[in-house]
Amino acid sequence: MTDMEIRTAVLQVLQEIAPEADLAELDASARIRDQLDIDSMDFLNFIIGLHKSLGVEIPERDYPKLTTLNECTRYLTNSLQNK
Amino acid sequence: MNEFVMPKLGSDMTAGTLVSWRKKPNEAVHRGDIMAEVDTDKGVIDIEAFQEGILDKILIEPGAHVPVGTTLAMIRADGEVSAESGSSVKAKTLPVASQPVEPQTQESDANKPPLIELSLQDLRRLKISPSARMLARQLGVDPRQVKGTGRDGAITRDDIDKAGRATSPPAKKSAPPKAPASISTPGPAAETPRPVVDALDRAARMRQAIAAAMARSNREIPHYYLSTTIDLHRAMDWLTEQNEQRGVTDRLLYGVLLLKAVALALRESPELNAFWQNDQAELQDDIHLGVAVSLRGGGLIAPAIHHADLKSLDELMRDLRDLVKRVRSGGLKSSELSDPTVTVTNLGEQGVEGVFGVINPPQVAIVGFGKVGERPWVVDGQVMPRPVICASLAADHRATDGHLGGIFLTNLGRILQEPELL
Repeated sequence: MTDMEIRTAVLQVLQEIAPEADLAELDASARIRDQLDIDSMDFLNFIIGLHKSLGVEIPERDYPKLTTLNECTRYLTNSLQNK
Repeated sequence: MNEFVMPKLGSDMTAGTLVSWRKKPNEAVHRGDIMAEVDTDKGVIDIEAFQEGILDKILIEPGAHVPVGTTLAMIRADGEVSAESGSSVKAKTLPVASQPVEPQTQESDANKPPLIELSLQDLRRLKISPSARMLARQLGVDPRQVKGTGRDGAITRDDIDKAGRATSPPAKKSAPPKAPASISTPGPAAETPRPVVDALDRAARMRQAIAAAMARSNREIPHYYLSTTIDLHRAMDWLTEQNEQRGVTDRLLYGVLLLKAVALALRESPELNAFWQNDQAELQDDIHLGVAVSLRGGGLIAPAIHHADLKSLDELMRDLRDLVKRVRSGGLKSSELSDPTVTVTNLGEQGVEGVFGVINPPQVAIVGFGKVGERPWVVDGQVMPRPVICASLAADHRATDGHLGGIFLTNLGRILQEPELL
């Protein structure tokens, strides 16, 4: 999967969690939580969504590595390569 | 013959709009079945049956806005003769603040959805003025189907008005409430305009409902407030360990531990699990925790997780996830809105230390949680870093005293020291 495809997948999952958000305006280097006003339940659903669409199992201790869109793409690229 | 009425979902609901029927005449009805969908300040709610029988006759058609207590349909007992064949049933319509409603024969097409729902995104995209928006609501016109002739393709009142004439002829009389005179000219067909709900309108109505309930609470309820700081290290360590072993889809949130602990602590302080009604506290047998869920567009809903004290953490987690999803995307049930016995609000996500809650009447208590934060904590004379949380109780002083509230919070702290027993 290319970075672009991963990014698209991440955005798709985010849109499901925050359907009212305008993701075109998301700052890729700022915290997703703050920008979309998502809480821990939303975040867990985000992790579950990534699991379903990309097949990655993200352990809880790695949650801090997924705070921005750029970080998510980087992290998921790595875990997909190491699979 | 039993009446199926517009239920009161929350202490300040006065009326609701019937969106659709989910049962047909002569269909069997069981307790808990979804009978109809009703649009309220809290969104579109699935209304459950609380009796058994057969749906005899529908008295109110989709699109009608009727007060709480209005008979929507009749349910006959098994073996009872249908009202159609005998004496006629008369709809009991309560004195209304809104438009009079008459049962209407409905042949409207089943293929078009009865409710037009516009999201914030739709409204942003459409370029529609507030007054055109309001007219669309009155006429039952879907602005997404209207071509704007205004500046930059903006949709004007004229556009909506024209679309309204073209698609559905105006109702035979009295038409929609507050509609301009130009559209109430007599038309050939009688049709209730399709309900249009837009996100801004919904948010405004929810704000009004919250305002009414909270103003009443503050006016009538003498609140007292207590708080305590609870060491969560055992609970958090236990949770981390659990989640290490669990797959993504089975993981627990700490909020679920808090809910279960509150429910168990309420068992030991049943006086807090009560409704203030008829000038006295009426203790409730079951513990239904109202979980405050905020909406991103503003506002909040606190629907119930039923029998929270009897559920496992996994069941509570499943219920909570399901509830949050339905709060945000629709499908809440009438029982979930009408019967929470104590509300729990967790504002820790926003980073605050503590909560001073406002009780949701007729409840007599609300439990609040702040954030889980690492703090220096003295354990056996040693200062240790520990994750702690501030738990608070706002309670109705008519129903209980601070002494009892204090015992409740102390028990809550004790219960959270033994996470494996939750």
